Amino acid sequence: MSAPAVVGIVLVSHSAVVAESVADLARGLAAGGPVVPVAAAGGTADGGLGTSAERVLAAAREVDRGAGVALLADLGSSVLTVKALLVEDELPPGARLLDAPFLEGAVAAVVAASAGAPLDAVAAAAEEAYTYRKA
Amino acid sequence: MRDAEFFRRWMTAAGAAVEREADRLTELDSPIGDADHGSNLLRGFTAVRAALEAGPAATPGAVLQLAGRTLISTVGGASGPLYGTLLRRTGKDLGEAAEVSDEEVRKALYAGVGAVAQLGGAAPGDKTMLDALVPGVAALSASYRVAADAAEGGARATVPMLARKGRASYLGERSIGHQDPGATSSALLLAALADTADAADAADPAGSA
Repeated sequence: MSAPAVVGIVLVSHSAVVAESVADLARGLAAGGPVVPVAAAGGTADGGLGTSAERVLAAAREVDRGAGVALLADLGSSVLTVKALLVEDELPPGARLLDAPFLEGAVAAVVAASAGAPLDAVAAAAEEAYTYRKA
Repeated sequence: MRDAEFFRRWMTAAGAAVEREADRLTELDSPIGDADHGSNLLRGFTAVRAALEAGPAATPGAVLQLAGRTLISTVGGASGPLYGTLLRRTGKDLGEAAEVSDEEVRKALYAGVGAVAQLGGAAPGDKTMLDALVPGVAALSASYRVAADAAEGGARATVPMLARKGRASYLGERSIGHQDPGATSSALLLAALADTADAADAADPAGSA
């Protein structure tokens, strides 16, 4: 019996450390049951600050389980690189850039996806993170 | 008419201009950006040259699409997806023809600039590369040289602007008084196109489209 189709999550940051740490935090807060695949695509290919389209593509392919891939990006070139890849149809079918805060959105997306939510519901959970006021 | 070789020469000339001006681009990017515009573009255009030497891009559209794809994958900063989208969309618009007219180039670049505006969500006046590209492309109906001059004027006109997009926008009023590095490199790109056209037309006056 094959594994059920789940939404994969990709975290795109200017920094490899930020992307991996946010992935760890989201996985940790979603733990308790099975956790969906989460891949970090942070920093440039040579380890600097910036965005690597190759890392984004590799991460998206890694987490693709057939139910769509939700991408969260932090700033500037991370957002633009994902958008450019989407326009060019280079990402797996069903890939979507979520309009959400990076850390809070990542936690919400991983928790929702791990509970078996489809891509639309994962996106809604992540986007809802914008409505949580802190002050 | 312009063939694939014309567009390879344009990309080579753009790469040479970026190499020549890399330090200046990075200097412009220091007070209002993250001081990597010159080095990022240099890495990107070095990869473009290698890709064009290795790749079998046989049509104008294929040359620009390969160059754009290479910029998106190698630059690492916002200029990668922005310039990559400019060249890819322009290349797609040129289609699969072996030769294209200057009018077709003008229309394709217009579509390319539109794609950049859509991707970045910016408009002229926001102190971005569009401040050079939009007047430049608008002047293409006159000539490549007039377009290059218009882009250069557009880049200089970014000095008094308040940045409303990208990292410079976080600086607010402190972004005023600095020329935008992206508008500056955009002007270099159109100057390289004008130089390429001048050289082609001088070599073959009858062949100018």
